Amino acid sequence: MKSDDVDTTPHDGGVMGEEVTDPSVAAAREQLVHAAEAPQELSVGARPLVNVEARPGVSKPDPIMIADKVSRRFGGLLAVDVEHLEVQRGTITALIGPNGAGKSTFFNLVSGFDKPTTGRWSFNGKDISGKPAHRIARMGMVRTFQLTKALTRMTALQNMMLGATGQTGERFLPALVPPAWRGQEKAVTARADDLLKRFNLAHMRDQFAGTMSGGQRKLLEMARAMMVEPELIMLDEPMAGVNPALTQSLLGHIQKLRDEGTTIILVEHDMDVIMSISDWIVCFAEGSVIAEGRPDDIRSNEAVIDAYLGARRALPTDDAAQEAMQP
Amino acid sequence: MDWGSILSTSLSGMLGPFAAIYALATLGLNLHFGYTGLLNFGHIAFMMVGAFGIGSAIVKFGLSMWWGLLVAILASVVLALVLGIPTLRLRGDYLAIATIAAGEALRLFFNSSYLESVTNGPFGLGPAADEFDTLNPLDKGRMYSFGPFQYQGGDLWIMIITWSLVILGCLMMFMLMRSPWGRVLRSVREDELAARSLGKNVYSFKLQSLVLGGVLGGLAGVMWTMDASTQYPANFDPRITFYLWVIMILGGAGRILGPVLGSLVFWFLFTFLDGFLKGLDLGLNTGAARIAVVGLALVLLMVFRPAGILGNREEMRLEVR
Repeated sequence: MKSDDVDTTPHDGGVMGEEVTDPSVAAAREQLVHAAEAPQELSVGARPLVNVEARPGVSKPDPIMIADKVSRRFGGLLAVDVEHLEVQRGTITALIGPNGAGKSTFFNLVSGFDKPTTGRWSFNGKDISGKPAHRIARMGMVRTFQLTKALTRMTALQNMMLGATGQTGERFLPALVPPAWRGQEKAVTARADDLLKRFNLAHMRDQFAGTMSGGQRKLLEMARAMMVEPELIMLDEPMAGVNPALTQSLLGHIQKLRDEGTTIILVEHDMDVIMSISDWIVCFAEGSVIAEGRPDDIRSNEAVIDAYLGARRALPTDDAAQEAMQP
Repeated sequence: MDWGSILSTSLSGMLGPFAAIYALATLGLNLHFGYTGLLNFGHIAFMMVGAFGIGSAIVKFGLSMWWGLLVAILASVVLALVLGIPTLRLRGDYLAIATIAAGEALRLFFNSSYLESVTNGPFGLGPAADEFDTLNPLDKGRMYSFGPFQYQGGDLWIMIITWSLVILGCLMMFMLMRSPWGRVLRSVREDELAARSLGKNVYSFKLQSLVLGGVLGGLAGVMWTMDASTQYPANFDPRITFYLWVIMILGGAGRILGPVLGSLVFWFLFTFLDGFLKGLDLGLNTGAARIAVVGLALVLLMVFRPAGILGNREEMRLEVR
């Protein structure tokens, strides 16, 4: 393993030794170098990953989920083909990749919403391959959907209360005997109210979820998933269709969840968002994992740039930009 | 035209045995569709296995009425399981196809010579209601009048029992829908993937709903056999399934009292139109004409009150996903 990964990003190497005359370029470079070597700014999630090598399939110190040889074939198309992937506990791990790279399909497979062609995966050390979706959710691995699934003709509170697991009143016969579940119902209501408040939805408590805006629905879906008390929450494009102001608030919520110990996997397309909050990034292309690493590793990874932009055209990298600025 | 007698007949029809039987059956359909979102287009099949379950047990196997009732309930449960186990894992449409086919297939099967030893086929199965009638404290042949409402003692006895079952059914629905169980059911109706992602065993809830609603349909069939005493498979026309749908939508799907109100209105209109059209004496086939008018009334209802009488229009307007 490389121990100096976090200190130097590979692309810095090229410009390091060169003589710089323009002070503004020097300042920009300073900033860049400092941003890269700022270990005091590492989040709780990023810290354990400091010494982890940035290559696909690398093993992590404390993985919460491990997927092995998971593949899914749709007719002639191999939509997902993940050799090995580990997700570190307590991190925000982002899955990125171009459209059709298999990120959402991979989500569907590991959360039990789709059956893989091959492969096994485990959660918290327990093999959960092929388990039905509701079992996986109850074990503490909860997902949300790309197209929000707010239960529109139920109120926000009812949406939330549905998330609580192990409710006695959800069994048929006890349901007919209110005293059997009334106490639990009260506790669930209190927890739902707390979460609604935390996600700034308290004012919508008794409104139908169908009257909420797209962003509020995303918040509701995330809050509802938290009602399950998950250890791992998988967010499928949580920022899609959300206005910038609410995006910031959603990001804040996600980071706070991570800081409290929940592991988060998210699929997202907005690069700024990903680079700013992820502790670890996994890049998919054509179904497989082509790169893994910290945001800085990914930013400069040739395979990632190729996958996004094609091998022949690339966005100006930081060194290219600096070279262009030099006379 | 004798308006007084038409009105009296219509009001009597509004509360009559068939209004009660249809209300009971629709309670089950409302649980299926209104609360769980299951597309059951073969509710008549549940009524039929209930009706012939008790009928055959009494007439062919010499069992008492109570054992017959048990047979009818078990038969409804079995039918629900047979229909539900293979189809409920699939998309909603498959249940619709399976149920509509089951309704037709069962009617033909019960009518076939193959099953004649159990159902008597087209010759009619009866008399099945003797024991039920002996429990009747009223005078079977006497006419009882309450203002404009007039019923024979036999009909009144059926009405008392069936409306009591309807009230019990409504109470049960009320309890269930206020419970967390009902909450899960409604979430399945709204979006079953969301329910699954929150750890709910959607398949099991759908099956429970299908069984419970099927038993309510079966009980309606039982009361029909008690009313008619002699039962024919040909009575169980697929049209009745759609009457039940009409009643449910008329009253308001997903409302506790929707089926009751829907049945009252439906049967009032149905009997009123019968009397009215006969009174006009246009030489029409009044049976067919009244169905056409009921159809027209429904179209108007859908235009002006799409959520039904009890439905919440705002709620209905919400996009479902």
